[in-house]
Amino acid sequence: MFKESLQIDFEFIEDLEKIGPFQTGACFQCRKCSNGCPVTFAMDLHPNEVIRMVLLGQRAAVLSCRTIWVCASCETCTTRCPNNIKIAELMDCLKEMSVKEGVPSAIPEILTLHKTFLSSINRYGRVFEGGLLPEYFIRSKQLISKLMTGSWRGDLTLGIKLLIKGRVSLFPKMIKGRSEVRKILSNSKKSKIKS
Amino acid sequence: MKTAYFPGCSLEGTARLDYSKSMLGVCKLLEIDVEEVPDWNCCGATAAHCLDHQASIDLAGRNLKIAGQMSQEDMLVPCPMCYNRLKTAAQVLKGDHKDRYQTELDSSFPAIWDLANFFARDDILEKVKARIKRPLSDLKVVSYYGCMASRPPEMTGSSDYENPQSIDKVISALGGTTINWPYKTDCCGASLILSQPDIVFQLVNKLYEMARRVGAEAIVVSCQMCQANLDMYQCKIEAEWGQQYSLPVYYFTELIALACELPEVGKWLTKHISNPFPLLEELALYPYKIEDPRGRGVKGKNGENMNTEFR
Repeated sequence: MFKESLQIDFEFIEDLEKIGPFQTGACFQCRKCSNGCPVTFAMDLHPNEVIRMVLLGQRAAVLSCRTIWVCASCETCTTRCPNNIKIAELMDCLKEMSVKEGVPSAIPEILTLHKTFLSSINRYGRVFEGGLLPEYFIRSKQLISKLMTGSWRGDLTLGIKLLIKGRVSLFPKMIKGRSEVRKILSNSKKSKIKS
Repeated sequence: MKTAYFPGCSLEGTARLDYSKSMLGVCKLLEIDVEEVPDWNCCGATAAHCLDHQASIDLAGRNLKIAGQMSQEDMLVPCPMCYNRLKTAAQVLKGDHKDRYQTELDSSFPAIWDLANFFARDDILEKVKARIKRPLSDLKVVSYYGCMASRPPEMTGSSDYENPQSIDKVISALGGTTINWPYKTDCCGASLILSQPDIVFQLVNKLYEMARRVGAEAIVVSCQMCQANLDMYQCKIEAEWGQQYSLPVYYFTELIALACELPEVGKWLTKHISNPFPLLEELALYPYKIEDPRGRGVKGKNGENMNTEFR
């Protein structure tokens, strides 16, 4: 019996390193990154496995994995890597690449949150927290699931508490340099990202 | 003394009435004049560095350019996320690949200070010590730094990134005790609270458990994201894991204010979700009447009564 041989996309790591460099090739699989990572319990691939698969040119598998989205960007891996691989930065780059290549996010809520956040910056120049949450809940369709499961009650109680305490501003603060901010966000020819 | 000040979006939003106000109050007390960076924009935070690397550098770069026109030597950045993004941009925009970005950093700009690191400076600590009226003796806390103020050290320039000391220094200057614990810089999950709350609950529960195990009575933070994640959902996490932690989560600036007897401290503390008062009353650190968080007159000093009010 022969197993099908591994299809290696050699351009994958080249593309990534051109954007980086991240020194991905220096990995010797010591797994220090995965040992320090606080969120491995929610990942499908451990960080060291992501790196290994990048080296093996597994573009589709890497760009569609949960790990790149679960990564909380806490930078523990980058800090501790003995070979100075910029692992957390590589995760960011993989997210950006997966969006550009139209690969559906394994955790769409996280992508939606980031998009909502960026569109808030695009609109006002700063993030308007009071508007971010409702918009995110609608865009991520969480509002519906919250209504179905009844988990909206807890959120509402917390929301009301914050409102009473005056911690939620009701109106956005717009900056004068909005056009500069918009130019920054649109210039990065990744028009797909800003929706 | 005069410095520039970069608040960031959440110090203008959910953390305005506690972190921002307490920081400004303490600065005023120490005669540090802060001048807000004019027309600053969002640093891009997690969303920008996840989806649009170029924008994440240019957004922070615009702020650095504006700060460069301010003729201040130092810039205080209370939000560790903003601090991290500004430091990163400052380094990237001077690095080998600077032509990838729109921003050209020609002029110099103020030194970027994480707020806790700034307050842990010897000259500032001296100023604080000279103003202490009610030392925080008997207060046993753990200091919790989170990620962004120290990591990656290549960007932040931090040397004690695995075991930071700034908050500890401030607390011991105030007469309090910080207990050594292993989770000083472990992640709280930050913005995952909105998209994947269960991950955050698990991470935060781990922090509570350890804080309790080492005998801490409270957690002291310098980050409003950590504060929110540890403070707002404590009740929910306690219910989910069947535990009773009752750990108040203070900003270090609030504790400075408390030790220096700034009367406004009560107003800031009422903005917390997990009740910060019973512990302070028990240790006789809070001499004032507890205000109703809604601002409708003053509530009694009964700790338990306030507990139901808070939760």
